[in-house]
Amino acid sequence: MSAVTPLEPAVVQPTHTISLFVNNKPGVLVRVSLVFSRRAFNIESLVVSPAAEGRFSRMTITCSGDPDILGQVVKQLAKLVDVVHATDHTGDQAYETEIALLKLECPLDERTHILQVAEHYKARVVDFGAESLILQIYGSSEKLDAFTDLLRPFGVAELVRSGKLLMARGKRMT
Amino acid sequence: MEQNHPTGGERLIQCLEREGVEYIFGLSGGAAMPIFDALLDSKIKLILVRHEQGATHMADGYARSTGRPGVVLVTSGPGATNTVTGLFTALMDSAPIIVITGQTISPMLGKDAFQEADVTGITYPVVKHSYLVKDSNDIPRVMREAFQIATSGRPGPVLIDVPKDVGQGPCSAPFTDEVDLPGYVVASRGKAENIEEAARFLNQAKRPVLYVGHGAVISGASKAITTLAEKLRAPVVTTLLGKGAVDETHPLHLGMMGMHGTAYANKAVADCDLIMSIGGRWDDRITGRLSDFCTNAVKIHIDIDESEFGKIVQPDLAIHGDARLVIEDLIPQVEMADTADWLARCDRWRKKYPLKYRKQGGLRAQHVLDRLDAITAGEAIITTDVGQHQMWAAQFLRVRSNRHWLSSGGAGTMGFGWPSAIGAQFGNPDKKVWTVVGDGGFQMTSCELATAQIHKLPAKCLIINNNFLGMIRQWQEMFYDNRLSGSDLEGNPDFVKLAQAYGVKAWRIRRPADIDRILEQAHAYDAGPCVVVAEVVKEDNVFPMIPAGASVAEMLVEKPKKKLDKPEGST
Repeated sequence: MSAVTPLEPAVVQPTHTISLFVNNKPGVLVRVSLVFSRRAFNIESLVVSPAAEGRFSRMTITCSGDPDILGQVVKQLAKLVDVVHATDHTGDQAYETEIALLKLECPLDERTHILQVAEHYKARVVDFGAESLILQIYGSSEKLDAFTDLLRPFGVAELVRSGKLLMARGKRMT
Repeated sequence: MEQNHPTGGERLIQCLEREGVEYIFGLSGGAAMPIFDALLDSKIKLILVRHEQGATHMADGYARSTGRPGVVLVTSGPGATNTVTGLFTALMDSAPIIVITGQTISPMLGKDAFQEADVTGITYPVVKHSYLVKDSNDIPRVMREAFQIATSGRPGPVLIDVPKDVGQGPCSAPFTDEVDLPGYVVASRGKAENIEEAARFLNQAKRPVLYVGHGAVISGASKAITTLAEKLRAPVVTTLLGKGAVDETHPLHLGMMGMHGTAYANKAVADCDLIMSIGGRWDDRITGRLSDFCTNAVKIHIDIDESEFGKIVQPDLAIHGDARLVIEDLIPQVEMADTADWLARCDRWRKKYPLKYRKQGGLRAQHVLDRLDAITAGEAIITTDVGQHQMWAAQFLRVRSNRHWLSSGGAGTMGFGWPSAIGAQFGNPDKKVWTVVGDGGFQMTSCELATAQIHKLPAKCLIINNNFLGMIRQWQEMFYDNRLSGSDLEGNPDFVKLAQAYGVKAWRIRRPADIDRILEQAHAYDAGPCVVVAEVVKEDNVFPMIPAGASVAEMLVEKPKKKLDKPEGST
């Protein structure tokens, strides 16, 4: 036992993507998030949306942590009455995507570099104002990270990301 | 015509009747009035308690002793929050209880109305499932689902929060027997290939041990496990809550394992080459230090709850299914084994390290409990509270049959003993019911003396009074240089007079010579509840003891001469 509690975990834990197929009811999100918080897992992104059949919802959750404990977390999620199934897709064949919106505050005459980067990344300008512009980009979370990093020197005023969306390829269930 | 429809409260009570509910343990209040009003016209009997926590433990005791769900009805706000300890207790020990809470009217939800609390929010972590009913017409469906969820699979508590307007409004929805729960799948039989593999492991084992937990009790696996043990000639050990799943006077039974288990049970576990958990969850009180636990043994884990596999111990083989069904499928596949050497070794341990206590030098709790075992002769249902008396009771009371031993294991809830005995007595009117409690825990729910007295309920309460929170004092003596902090219960009432104040018959045992006479009188007394106060020596310790987080090698069979390090494990 050390007297000083480290502020940062010593080891970088791998990121996991879990998808849940759940009842579309009040309280389900709380039940799900309590399973994470009890084990002190931090949810990094969470996407909830109606499934093809309206009585169910989809949740796509990314979090990082010890893989053994996470396996336990997935079992405890699956145990919830409102969770129809829970799957850890880490390492699976799955299509993943995410959308980001970035607001950059810059005058008209300083935008050339920004627009070049945006074009390279196939980002779209969705709002072109006098003092700011909004870029929309989608793709893998890693691509969005790289794009954001490239634009940081130009002053990213706001960043909104959808969180990772995922669908298992082929006949595998998401 | 709307007038022809029952109110939501009436429908709710009708649903309880359809589920076969005999008793509701509860305390009324404003928001629950529509339901309490409907109860007047029902054949279901209301057991009016003095505190809502008591109601939850009564329902729990009723449920554990009968196998049928126990039902609680309380009001909103503080009435509901007082059930949290009982919900937690039931969750940790997989007891099927249904807690119905009144709630403010739906338009006032979330607006800090009088006695409004976010009860579903507060209770999420301590329920198997819960409902906030927003429409009177949902009542029949919710009630059926709640009973299905509470009683099936791994049982547990279900909470139903009913706003007052939902209880008052008309309910036109018909009763339903259908349950549509796509996320709720209950395992039954184990996979055939897993059972074959278990049989192969068992047939190769030279020193097998069957480790029996509460899951075995819940699934009614007594006969199957006894048959399996006899066929394999394998010794049986149980957890605290597994007591009674196999007759503890059976020659193959080595008693309780774990922190305060018998030395011979723990030595058998430490030395076995195969351990098979039947509905146990490898609790930290069972395993001690994990890196030293059964290091060379094959581990088989049978559980109805898949999330238990690998939670604490990574088994060599996991069988997902109902304990009784799995064992029944296993029996024909195992061969008669020759374990004579192994059993002889266990018997040598049994002789070398018997449970012992002193009969001289003051009244000892162990002596009283040893005699209670003789006088009840395995026919009584025993419930306990939490602490030293609980461990002594677990050591000295040999439970002969299933559902005859109720104790708060996982939660360790003080205050459980007496109300759980009341619930068990309501559920088992033809049986003798005893609770063994300590002076600390008893005072947490002693107000339920009134509840038992009103109904002339012949439940019996043995108070092991040492005027201490004894287990805490024991730890402070052993690990904290006897620096007693918050463990001395000076100022306890005279428990005989306290009982008498409620009109309850009471006796006091001061000397060993009084034990049999008084216990026999109390055991025979059935005109109402009774209390026996055993004024035991103040400073006595529970042994054997494996300090928390230690291994069997560090087991103490008597008081150590030298000072011990503070334990590494949890509490």
